[in-house]
Amino acid sequence: MARFAVRRLASAILLLFATSIVVFGIFEVIPSYNPARAIAGRNATPTTVAEVSHKFGFDKPVYVQYGKTMELIFTGQVIDYQDNLNVDSQFASRFPITVSLVVPAALIWLAGAIVLGSISALRVGGLADRGLMVAAIVGVSIPVFLLAAVLLYLFAFKLSWFPNTGYTQFGSNPAQWAYHLFLPWISIAILSIGFYSRVLRSNLLDMVNEDFVRTARAKGLTRRQVFTRHVLRNSLMPIITMFGLDFATLLGGAALVTETVFNLPGIGQYEAQAIGNLDVPPILVGAMFTAFFVVLFGALSDIVYAVLDPRIRLSG
Amino acid sequence: MIPEPDSGHGQGELVAGASPGGTAGIVIAPGQQVVDPWAEGHHPPAIGPWKLAARRLRRNYVAQGFLFLFLALVVVCILAPLYASDIAHIGPNANNITGTINVAGKTVDVVSPDGVPVGPTFSSHYFFGADSNGRDLAVRLLYGGRTSLVIGGIATVIIIVFGTLVGLLCGYFRGVVDMILRPLMELIWSFPVVILGVALGTALALGGIGPVKGNSIFIPAFIIGVVFIPYLGKPIRGEVLRLREQDFVEAARVQGMGSWRIMLSEILPNLMSMITVFVPMMLAYAILLEAYLSFLGAGVQAPNASWGTLISDGLSYIQTTPTFSLVPGAMLVLTVLSINVVGDGIRDALDPRAQVRVRT
Repeated sequence: MARFAVRRLASAILLLFATSIVVFGIFEVIPSYNPARAIAGRNATPTTVAEVSHKFGFDKPVYVQYGKTMELIFTGQVIDYQDNLNVDSQFASRFPITVSLVVPAALIWLAGAIVLGSISALRVGGLADRGLMVAAIVGVSIPVFLLAAVLLYLFAFKLSWFPNTGYTQFGSNPAQWAYHLFLPWISIAILSIGFYSRVLRSNLLDMVNEDFVRTARAKGLTRRQVFTRHVLRNSLMPIITMFGLDFATLLGGAALVTETVFNLPGIGQYEAQAIGNLDVPPILVGAMFTAFFVVLFGALSDIVYAVLDPRIRLSG
Repeated sequence: MIPEPDSGHGQGELVAGASPGGTAGIVIAPGQQVVDPWAEGHHPPAIGPWKLAARRLRRNYVAQGFLFLFLALVVVCILAPLYASDIAHIGPNANNITGTINVAGKTVDVVSPDGVPVGPTFSSHYFFGADSNGRDLAVRLLYGGRTSLVIGGIATVIIIVFGTLVGLLCGYFRGVVDMILRPLMELIWSFPVVILGVALGTALALGGIGPVKGNSIFIPAFIIGVVFIPYLGKPIRGEVLRLREQDFVEAARVQGMGSWRIMLSEILPNLMSMITVFVPMMLAYAILLEAYLSFLGAGVQAPNASWGTLISDGLSYIQTTPTFSLVPGAMLVLTVLSINVVGDGIRDALDPRAQVRVRT
């Protein structure tokens, strides 16, 4: 088991190194993009551009620049071009807000998917089953930011059930915290519930004919016990892998747009503003940050999967 | 269950089971010849997989309905110039900040002195209102739809062509080719599509690529294509790895066919149903990703519009005039939903196991 974990983590670190090169390369290798000109402004003279270029080290060879950039990122000295803010400390101070957005959202979506997926598998062809089929396909057809905008309009502006903007820290008032974040959570969670419950449903239905289910019935367990202890538990495994990656991806997708729509001061909003201003350092750090979580969660979910299912680590 | 003529049945005994030819329950007299429906010459006429799929699709009325919806949306967007010239009398990028229009007998500024654009008039001019530059949103909605659809279409072509090519090369040659191309696919795949698209979009919007300007719609199309290549390339590679070990490929090799000819004339036809299933899925995802990128400002650049930029622009007025965001949003969702429903129908008809999921 330890060997599997080490091997999986080692390949994750390699992949992470490669992603950092890709992100760096996107902004450095692409011809005709001159970061010095971006910093110096649109009306800068060639001399100013050259000065800026020298100051930021853009005239050095690419590998030196790469090393320098990584050093700046990991020692926390990257400055964004727009407001001269320290990118790392921006990320650090904004991260708790993004976490309080994505973690509860992910829990809502998992819980919803498990409940609805189980219902639709237990009553195949029932109302919930058919409803979920529609919900799954509608869910993959709506972008998160559009649903967020609709919810914002309906429940914050039209009905005034929820506040339209702002963020309250969990520590100062948990009820207000949840009240402010409820709509953003729902925007992120609801679109994925349909797809996840469909996946769970088909896993559950595949599982019903397995030998161990028959054995469990034969030894006298009730239907409920067989379902919760054996069928459901085994059906959740493929979802773990999917969920690990999807959860990490939230940071680089749904969080960006949801925080923008609901004006939440998390890392997503910071990145989205940087994109609007073509401000490279926050985008670079943000892309690496997200890739880090994707790679890490990919490795973790594989390891968790291997812990739960010994067949995986024996074969691979 | 094939009825056996000489199995010692008693007179008038019922033959058990239903045979496919509908001969169940026929009373067989002793010595009577029973026609075996599965014998040589009694097969139902063979149907190819494509004909079978088409037949299944013809019975899927939901998919057909959504296909017509999709085609209607496409036609409406194609007719954008006609709407602009004959009904709205204003181009998609024509500013009109100081102009006035007549709404219900009153003269109204297109953009009020404090910068608030006029809302929907539901008449020929400014049907869905104006944006902050006084541009006609209904005209931009249709032109934006063209942009979204064109980008989605080009991106899908890129994905299909290069995804298939990369998958074929990796799966067929394996070895060095696979060792170079496969990690590249894994690398692209390990990024969330939005963040990679945003990084590429920002970099290219600043500088363009070669002769292509930064605000060209080909840049988002190219980016979306590149980002999605692994989502097709990986499954194709796996399928080619399986196919190349099959006897018919071996036979082709023994006949002396070259590698390229085997790939194109032996393996590729066997990939066609898989590729067909991916076309609508990728188109739907490409249009969605374009909306994400444009919403964030890393996709379609000014002065062009797309449904994503229109939703983003309208967001500042969501409290007072939600239609600014919700109308392009509804067009986007209807389009993507109709593609997805048709795609599901095609998948069910051709290859029910195929699945792709893009993390956004």
